[in-house]
Amino acid sequence: MRLPTGGRIDRSTPVRFTVDGVTRTGYPGDTLASALLGAGVRQVGPSVYLGRSRGIVAAGVEEPNALVRVGDEAMAPATTVELVDGLVAETLSGRGRLAEPDRGRYDKQYAHCDVLIVGGGPAGLAAAATAGRSGARVIIADEQPELGGSLLSTPDATVPELPDGIRVLTRATVFGYYDHNYLTIAQRRPGGGRLWHVRAKHVVLATGAHERPMVFADNDRPGIMLAGAVRTYLNRYAVRPGRRVVVCTTNDSAYATALDLLGAGAEVLVADTRAQPPAVAAEVRGLGGEVRAGAVVVGADGDPEVTAAQLSDGTTVHCDLIAVSGGWNPAVHLHSQAGGTLRYDERRAAFVPEASRQANVSAGSAAGEVDPADPQWTIPSPAGTLHTHFVDLQRDATVADVLRATGAGLRSAEHVKRYTTIGTAHDQGKTAGVNTLGVIAEALGVTPSPTTFRPPYTPVSFALLAGRDRGDLHDPARVTPVHAWHVERGARFEDVGQWKRPWYYPRAGEDMTAAVLRECRAAREGVAMMDASTLGKIEIVGPDAPEFLNRMYTNAFAKLPVGSARYGMLCKADGMVFDDGVVLRLAEDRYLATTTTGNAAAVLDWFEEWLQTEWPDLRVYCTSVTEQWSTIAVVGPLSRKVIAAVADVELRFMTFVDTTLRTGVPARIARISFSGELAYEVNVSGWDARATWEALYAAGEPHGITPYGTETMHVLRAEKGFPIIGQDTDGTVTPIDLGMDWIVSKRKDFVGKRSLRRPDTARPDREQLVGLLPVDKDALLPEGAQLVADRVPLTPPVPMLGHVTSSYRSAALGRTFALALLKGGRDLLGQVVHAPLGDRVIAATVTEPVFYDPEGARRDG
Amino acid sequence: MLLIRCPWCGVRDEVEFGYGGAAHVAYPADPDALTDAEWAEYLFFRDNPKGPFAERWVHSAGCRRWFNTVRDTVTHEFLEAL
Repeated sequence: MRLPTGGRIDRSTPVRFTVDGVTRTGYPGDTLASALLGAGVRQVGPSVYLGRSRGIVAAGVEEPNALVRVGDEAMAPATTVELVDGLVAETLSGRGRLAEPDRGRYDKQYAHCDVLIVGGGPAGLAAAATAGRSGARVIIADEQPELGGSLLSTPDATVPELPDGIRVLTRATVFGYYDHNYLTIAQRRPGGGRLWHVRAKHVVLATGAHERPMVFADNDRPGIMLAGAVRTYLNRYAVRPGRRVVVCTTNDSAYATALDLLGAGAEVLVADTRAQPPAVAAEVRGLGGEVRAGAVVVGADGDPEVTAAQLSDGTTVHCDLIAVSGGWNPAVHLHSQAGGTLRYDERRAAFVPEASRQANVSAGSAAGEVDPADPQWTIPSPAGTLHTHFVDLQRDATVADVLRATGAGLRSAEHVKRYTTIGTAHDQGKTAGVNTLGVIAEALGVTPSPTTFRPPYTPVSFALLAGRDRGDLHDPARVTPVHAWHVERGARFEDVGQWKRPWYYPRAGEDMTAAVLRECRAAREGVAMMDASTLGKIEIVGPDAPEFLNRMYTNAFAKLPVGSARYGMLCKADGMVFDDGVVLRLAEDRYLATTTTGNAAAVLDWFEEWLQTEWPDLRVYCTSVTEQWSTIAVVGPLSRKVIAAVADVELRFMTFVDTTLRTGVPARIARISFSGELAYEVNVSGWDARATWEALYAAGEPHGITPYGTETMHVLRAEKGFPIIGQDTDGTVTPIDLGMDWIVSKRKDFVGKRSLRRPDTARPDREQLVGLLPVDKDALLPEGAQLVADRVPLTPPVPMLGHVTSSYRSAALGRTFALALLKGGRDLLGQVVHAPLGDRVIAATVTEPVFYDPEGARRDG
Repeated sequence: MLLIRCPWCGVRDEVEFGYGGAAHVAYPADPDALTDAEWAEYLFFRDNPKGPFAERWVHSAGCRRWFNTVRDTVTHEFLEAL
């Protein structure tokens, strides 16, 4: 019921809000919860598992029951939702439903400060005033719309002004405390939010305390609320949640609630568990209230809402509200997240900060300055049952559930938590945690010990964490200078690392299979071209560059003549293949190494690590030139004619020349083949790439030049048995496993060489790269398919021989084929293996991995 | 989120750095002279102390230089260079 006067609400402009289809009015300054209570509504959504009626319990983030969905906010306690005109909410039963899509606007902001103060209550305000006057850079963050904390719930209290120059963040919840005083803050803003990342020299944790419910029979009835919350509703929102009230307390704090209730015209009976009530009890009696010492509520009557409280003295007191205070838990979440330790304070029956690990200090209630309490972990009921003694309202977990866990032998609170799910709901056990630990300790006859607090303090939406890093902004897309041409020609693209690479170029009516077969035929029989600009390119320069490459690559580069190119392979120190690519020698002291598209940065890092940490004496510099050069591959028996039309060059296989095209564009043309065909790579500056691409295309049109994408490139190289590092290898494959003994130098050391004669790397039954020809020439093995030996019964467990790494349809072979890693594969040549695929089995013959032109007759056209 | 002092660029956020594991594990001068066990020791075995740990970092998103430091693996405090 709304009181006629008082509260921090603006009564001049009532606002309308709708919950579950019913429209009511409240005031600016209300939360959704206070507006509901003001309108006489205490019940919210029923409990998640048991379907029991539930009501509003708290007035802040610790609220376990009143979950609502509001706009894009999938799940929020109504006690934290600010009332605005036209607000529409629906009550939830412990489960939210994400908005699809979240239309909110979320941003990030980074900040530094000398002092970050968490919490704008009396302790935080005092800290801010002191720090601000010292000239320090101060940020104070508070989760409420205005500073004040508990002052906002105290009659006639004024919130002190802060000195100028302090950055005040309201509606801002500090939810994470990470290493080196790095804190994250979720700030609610109209239509979205802002995620703050703050690095602070010092942190003051003035986070206050959360009140504990009391655990008696049917303690979940609507109309049972925390005493401090009742006081907040009375004083801050001018809402009286009940008229006949039983206040049940273990400590002095609830007397303030009793007095304020009496002042608001309620009838009050205080049941104080302690034999000696405090002096303030006389004040309560003086105002017409009753105080019973050594009394406690043992059960609640009423269904669904409370109609009476059963007291331990055997009486039943009719009431419409039971306000409980089981004691206060300092909000030590951030202190604990920061690595600080906690100790159990016997007098307060609560965990308080013991020692900080980082530069932070707790102040006020958060430091343990809360009223001493008389712990009542489980209040026996006359009936002797415990299955309606709720400890976690959000998880519908009771004392009976906890005792089932300890009865099953669980002693650790962490285990009990996992067994019962207590503390794992939306509220993360803010009201349930310490009561549960008390019940466990009582059951085991030990002192309560704390669990670890982890971020976030309150739930944070993924939309906030993502900010603008969504959709197109999630990851940069890298495109080559020729990209627009590919788009114009209808290319389908695939992502390779961050690159968008043409995958294939379908013609009208073509599917991918038809397009790729056509592109492959063009490369094998005529001429085709591909944008290879995404290959990583690193210039390696310096007098010791030859020696450096000799140490890094499995094969030798010191004697590679200037003007020549050589395929090279890199291993990690464990002997496993890391990357490969062609290396050009540009000058005595200058090489250009190409890498796979996805590994360009990793290879550069690898080179620099060795140069800096192992061989600082080598005079070598590495520079990425991936973006500086665009590369166009021209492939096929007719490629020589196309090149001749644009440049005047004669090149032997694996040589290159720096020249000028007939268009006047400087270019580096190399004869390198990744398909086995006569092929060239034309390298030009990115600025000239599109024009050069078009010049080559025009020169090739009389010969039917065909642009092709990565899929055709993969088929062509697989027909030649060239592995793709990262597809046919997975970090457990040596050059020997690939059958590439020829690339491993016997004469020099290189990174990884010693590993190749480790017993494990020399095992004969290692997985080795082989070819597979399906017995049915039209059957396409799925990549990744597991392979089993011939005549092995397919009843589990079935011994696995390996798996398919690449699989395609080949225009040149007129059939399907595949590459695979097979245990002892070199010894299985000619044998049949099987790929069991659930509903069918594909049989395939093991072959050499080179399917096409094994003699290499085609590379000169 | 650690605050790491790059000897060249000063104190920067952890996101700018790459981690390089234990420091002072030198590449053997003559790998061929090592037994399999000795080579395996170099490749695979590292201390994992609770407390001070000499380790390598690289300022990947800054000057790209490698450096050594000592970090307490319990408190994450840097005992050198911060």
